Amino acid sequence: MRFSMLTTGAAALLAVGASAAQAQTTLTIGTVNNSDMIRMQGLTPEFEKAHPDIKLNWVTLEENILRQRVTTDIATGGGQFDVMTIGTYEAPIWAKQEWLKPLDGLGDDYDVDDLIPAIRSALSNDDKLYAAPFYAESVLTLYRKDLFEKAGLTMPEKPTWDFIAEAAEKVTDKEAGVYGICLRGKPGWGENMAFLGNMAREFGANYFDADWKPQFESEGWKKAVTLYVDLMTKYGPPGAASNGFNENLQLFGQGKCGMWMDASVAASFVTDPKQSQVPDQVGFAPAPCGVEGCPNDGFNWLWAWSLAIPNSSQKAEAAQAFIAWATSKEYLELVAEKEGWANVPPGTRTSLYENENYTKAAPFADATLNAIQHADPSPTDDKPYYGLQFAAIPEFQGLGTAVGQQMAAALSGSTTVEQALSQAQAIATREMTRGGYIKN
Amino acid sequence: MARNVSPGRKIGTTVLAWFVGLVIFFPILWTFLTSFKTELQAISIPPVFVGFDWTLENYQTIQTQSNYLHFMMNSIYLSLGSTALGLIVAVPAAWAMAFSPTKRTKDVLLWMLSTKMLPAVGVLIPVYLMFIRFGLLDSRLGLIVVLFLINLPIIVWMLYTYFKEIPGEILEAARMDGANLRKEITQVLAPMAVPGIASTVLLNVILSWNEAFWTLNLTTSNAAPLTAFIASFSSPQGNFYAKLSAASMLAIAPILIVGWFSQKQLVRGLTFGAVK
Repeated sequence: MRFSMLTTGAAALLAVGASAAQAQTTLTIGTVNNSDMIRMQGLTPEFEKAHPDIKLNWVTLEENILRQRVTTDIATGGGQFDVMTIGTYEAPIWAKQEWLKPLDGLGDDYDVDDLIPAIRSALSNDDKLYAAPFYAESVLTLYRKDLFEKAGLTMPEKPTWDFIAEAAEKVTDKEAGVYGICLRGKPGWGENMAFLGNMAREFGANYFDADWKPQFESEGWKKAVTLYVDLMTKYGPPGAASNGFNENLQLFGQGKCGMWMDASVAASFVTDPKQSQVPDQVGFAPAPCGVEGCPNDGFNWLWAWSLAIPNSSQKAEAAQAFIAWATSKEYLELVAEKEGWANVPPGTRTSLYENENYTKAAPFADATLNAIQHADPSPTDDKPYYGLQFAAIPEFQGLGTAVGQQMAAALSGSTTVEQALSQAQAIATREMTRGGYIKN
Repeated sequence: MARNVSPGRKIGTTVLAWFVGLVIFFPILWTFLTSFKTELQAISIPPVFVGFDWTLENYQTIQTQSNYLHFMMNSIYLSLGSTALGLIVAVPAAWAMAFSPTKRTKDVLLWMLSTKMLPAVGVLIPVYLMFIRFGLLDSRLGLIVVLFLINLPIIVWMLYTYFKEIPGEILEAARMDGANLRKEITQVLAPMAVPGIASTVLLNVILSWNEAFWTLNLTTSNAAPLTAFIASFSSPQGNFYAKLSAASMLAIAPILIVGWFSQKQLVRGLTFGAVK
């Protein structure tokens, strides 16, 4: 009797031990230090309360370090991460390589049809979702309403580059430290090339034609880069060749820029009194167009910070539960409740833009939604690759950065626009031939 | 006997030395000041030097966002562990090379140094694969071994140069006085080698503390040291200078304090050869 009691007790203890072991599913999540992600980390207790069997372990790294880190891990099957934060550049490449698990267990309540179609398509391969969007962005023209008024200008609904050039001239007051236009100049495939790749599209040019031949010497690229260098030299801030998103964010926030075309997420920073000296003076317009008559609703870029599960993760079920939570409608409501509607991660769900509470709190909501809706990264007849401001092929990171250095050299005046573009063409042709895209 | 230096020249060199010192120290001072500013003040132009409302907000935010102690303890384990391992191998190696050199000693030394010439990223994937195979990813042990190996050439070189400075005549004199090999090593050589070993230890601890390629690429969270702590406060979209400065101050504080107290050893270690 005593013996059996002992064994029962031991069995019970073992059972408790086993369930405790089960209870300790720890998910390692690699992410970047952007404010929306920091808020998500802050809400960890909420998730753990709802899923007592899952614990979250955050690994936050600088963007480039994170990219290198997770790429090494996923390419070698290291299995260090259960959830990775990736962008629209990686998602199609990695899905094709079968490095990611398809997200087919997000649950019935997830409402995958609520995801904005352009974003969903950017993160899918063969109609299967491989990454769930956490927040997304497109491009906007941000401008200073007070400076425009002073100069007697009105921002058109669909600005053209001709108008932008005129406005940049009128708004510039270098003595007062006001520069008409601030644009990215820092070299990098995700820095100046994101902007310039998109600007070239506004003038009707892509990175590659249907045969993967680089297009840097096409009319569109010539017009775009010539205008870019001209505007920035005459009306831009000094040292623009080292300005990236953050540097322009600072300049604009200090009231030194009349206009700034950049990622739509900038809108939430420059309208926040804690981070900007001109929170009430900012107006929003679509990205300008360069071709006659603006045939489209603008040429926009698309980027979505998204959550994906590497194939090497042993905890896919728990990881899907976490992703479903972090990218759900309920999560948006949770953030709204704790931090206010203006701080909700933008750009992923249609329902958010139908919510009056949100549109009231975020003056940039309409402009952002419009920009994202008109950004389709799918390949077309004359564009063989996924992506708008980038081409989703593994070679693009190196190639884009090398071309970006040429563009920065043109901006700083150490080379001419023609030379920079012909260099870019040579670099890109060499890389694409080496990569086997261009057949000799 | 001290040389006669004119007062003018003395003042001149003092001022110059202070100026150079300040220029070198300025980035740390600026980081220190920035860590007490708000994000807006951190980026304001013209920059504010000291006339701002000092705030501890950044340090508080950092404390709530990550576990500083965990990263610091890892940094301590890694730098001390790799240094200890390094000494065990390098002291006998350098000793042998300095006191019983062979024809090939110089070649061996140069070959060791040549391993430092390979860019680390070139062997990232092979090392990563080995770490997966041996289950060393995100472990302190794995990282200690890597840090030990990458710093080994420097330790051997430093110790070798140091041991070479010990004049052979002293050994002869000791032998004349009847010292056997054991006494020669423990009572004559060891006391003379201690300062050299001490400065090598210090430099190696600093190098391991600052190493930011392998420590970032081979760790995830368990073994992540302060380099990963700093890297987590840089943001691609948004202002982060004030918080990053606070994180940097916390990351360099321990090594700065250690360096401060041992600067005499360090300077001696770094300038030997010139000081005969």
